[in-house]
Amino acid sequence: MKLRSSDPRLRALVYQVSAAAATLLLGWFLISNTIENLAERNIASGFAFLDREAGFAIGETTFVPYSASGTYLEALTVGIANTLRVALIGIVAATVLGSLIGLARLSRNWLLAKLASGYVEFIRNVPLLVQLFFFYALIAEHTPVPREAIEFLPGWYLSNRGMFFPVPVFHAAHAWALAALAAGIATAVAFARWAARRRALTGGSLPVAEIALALVLGPPALTFIAMGTPLEFDVPRLSGFNFSGGVALTPEFTALTGGLILYTAAFIAEIVRAGILSIPRGQIEAACALGLRQRRILRFVILPQALRVIVPPLTNQYLNLTKNSSLAVAIGYPDLVSVANTTINQTGQAVEGVAIIMAVYLTITLTISVVMNWYNARMALRGQ
Amino acid sequence: MAAAPKKGSDPIFEWIRAKLFPSPLSSVATVLILYLAWQAIPPFIDWAFLDAIWRAPDSAACRAAAGACWVFVTEKYRFILFGTYPYEEHWRPALAIFLLITLWAASLAPMFWRRWLPLMWLAGLAAIGVLMWGGIGGLSYVENERWGGLVLTLLLTTFGIGGAFPLAVLLALARRSRMPVLQGLAVGFIELVRGVPLISLLFMASVMLPLFLPAGVSIDKLLRAQIALILFAAAYLAEVVRGGLQVVPRGQYEAADALGLSYWRKTVLVILPQALKIAIPPLVNSFIGLFKDTSLVLIIGLFDLLSTVKIVLTDPVWSGFGVEAYLFASLVYFVFCYAMSRYSQRLEWRLARAEGARPR
Repeated sequence: MKLRSSDPRLRALVYQVSAAAATLLLGWFLISNTIENLAERNIASGFAFLDREAGFAIGETTFVPYSASGTYLEALTVGIANTLRVALIGIVAATVLGSLIGLARLSRNWLLAKLASGYVEFIRNVPLLVQLFFFYALIAEHTPVPREAIEFLPGWYLSNRGMFFPVPVFHAAHAWALAALAAGIATAVAFARWAARRRALTGGSLPVAEIALALVLGPPALTFIAMGTPLEFDVPRLSGFNFSGGVALTPEFTALTGGLILYTAAFIAEIVRAGILSIPRGQIEAACALGLRQRRILRFVILPQALRVIVPPLTNQYLNLTKNSSLAVAIGYPDLVSVANTTINQTGQAVEGVAIIMAVYLTITLTISVVMNWYNARMALRGQ
Repeated sequence: MAAAPKKGSDPIFEWIRAKLFPSPLSSVATVLILYLAWQAIPPFIDWAFLDAIWRAPDSAACRAAAGACWVFVTEKYRFILFGTYPYEEHWRPALAIFLLITLWAASLAPMFWRRWLPLMWLAGLAAIGVLMWGGIGGLSYVENERWGGLVLTLLLTTFGIGGAFPLAVLLALARRSRMPVLQGLAVGFIELVRGVPLISLLFMASVMLPLFLPAGVSIDKLLRAQIALILFAAAYLAEVVRGGLQVVPRGQYEAADALGLSYWRKTVLVILPQALKIAIPPLVNSFIGLFKDTSLVLIIGLFDLLSTVKIVLTDPVWSGFGVEAYLFASLVYFVFCYAMSRYSQRLEWRLARAEGARPR
């Protein structure tokens, strides 16, 4: 067989070989330059610096203990934990708030719908960074000093040092109640599966939601009552110039998490709205005609179809929120990027620092993608 | 038969009943919203307008007042809009902003979608370059370290879109091609860039790019940030273009093949025009995203609109007026983004109508 110059296979080969060669050449060019430049600046490449003492303090830590005498590795771990804390709280709260706003936009109540759509339009058209600066300035400039803190709920204080609220003092009964809750959830899941199988086999249906709810809430409540409902709160108290006791949220954390939640919720609201609007009216009318009750229509007709439309773009929003949490560096919350930035400035290990940032974010975003794809595959229509 | 109460006798009352109090729960929501509005709006109006200080020689009057300090904006708006550009020459960036907005507005109107539009852009950008840099025709030379404010934000967006769009089309075509090497490279690039935050790319541009280049070669900070923005936007735009390519019917590809068109003629003459037309609304949304994302260059020390606002706040005379300053910045960003998003919604509606009206 003869190859002519216009043969598509020959062309494909030429294109691919030249693309691969160009990429390799570019890579070699960049890497050799980098090695040369590093040698010239006397920077030793590699991750040996991670074991050295960091020497900088970090304003707030999540679960991981840290002091200025810790190593760079420990400092970066604190940064990762702080990023994950913001991302996790943000994702949960933004989903709830976004769904509520999305539903509000579809409400028959004119005032509620307009309020929700005004919110969405305004938030989506202003850069997140401006919003974060705004909230940070609002907390720093327009909240009083701790001595005159606003007590907006009994025991909950807002001041320019952040937000303070009471937490229950730990008691053994709480651990038992939590264990009972876990057991209750496991039983409820098993029961729901059994009920679904039973329905598929016999067609007989049980009040699954009510029984499951009782199974989840009953055991912990009973355990708690049986152990004498020991509940005591650690309430924040003014001591000197600041509060002590309770839980303290720093202004940075409050501004960052609050800003991310409000921003992402506006996008999630649009996704939820689009998902619900995507269901043809006929589906709901048909369900009504079959005599299904309102709640069953929601559970068996609207949600399964709407979720199929909602989940893929929702995943994107979760990824965006996680990536946007890196804006923390601009308002001084010690997330991964912020700690890595300090590390780069102190050690000059720019390549390694940026590589660590990218590797961590890729790991987080890939994990979220995998989990959400698994969920999406479960929700997908079978046989299509 | 007893006369039923006449429905709709009072249209206003009817409207209020149907739209504000359709059900008990809804009525509770309405009352709650009205109560909150009554609590929040009058104090806000007091703060923003009635008690606000609009004109004063310095910030001293503001510190005594209970309201907002708009003096900040009236005194400093020129720095916020034009950055450190020489004060007497501010008409040059102002004219450049006007030219850029005109070019954008013209490009968005279908009646200007002609062959001469790219030429108009070239001429416009050349004029903007002359205005901003100067150095000829009696204009004094201004190095680009002194560019800042709104004009920098608009330029970063414009060149970001201009650079990213062709790259995005190539990436999307490569990802859809049947050549495994090209496809692998495109997928790798797109997923890598989309998996990391923009900040990490900007850091890369600001601290790593100098290491990548041979000794003696240096690229200035503005261009480095611009490259990072282009690469970032290209990955996202590529996915939008790919979405457009996916909905072009197979028959179109087959018909072009049957006519014996080469790959590039098929792509440029048949496939891309249809794919891009479908993708216009999401493309405009991506443009809005890029416009908002340019605010991140602040973190690597460029003086865009948000940055100039922040710099003014570091002046002890004006520190403590962050809320007013960022409200003003929000308003500027909002005007641009809202205009673009309304445009994209209108276009979407028009395209949908054109689709529906097509005879089958």
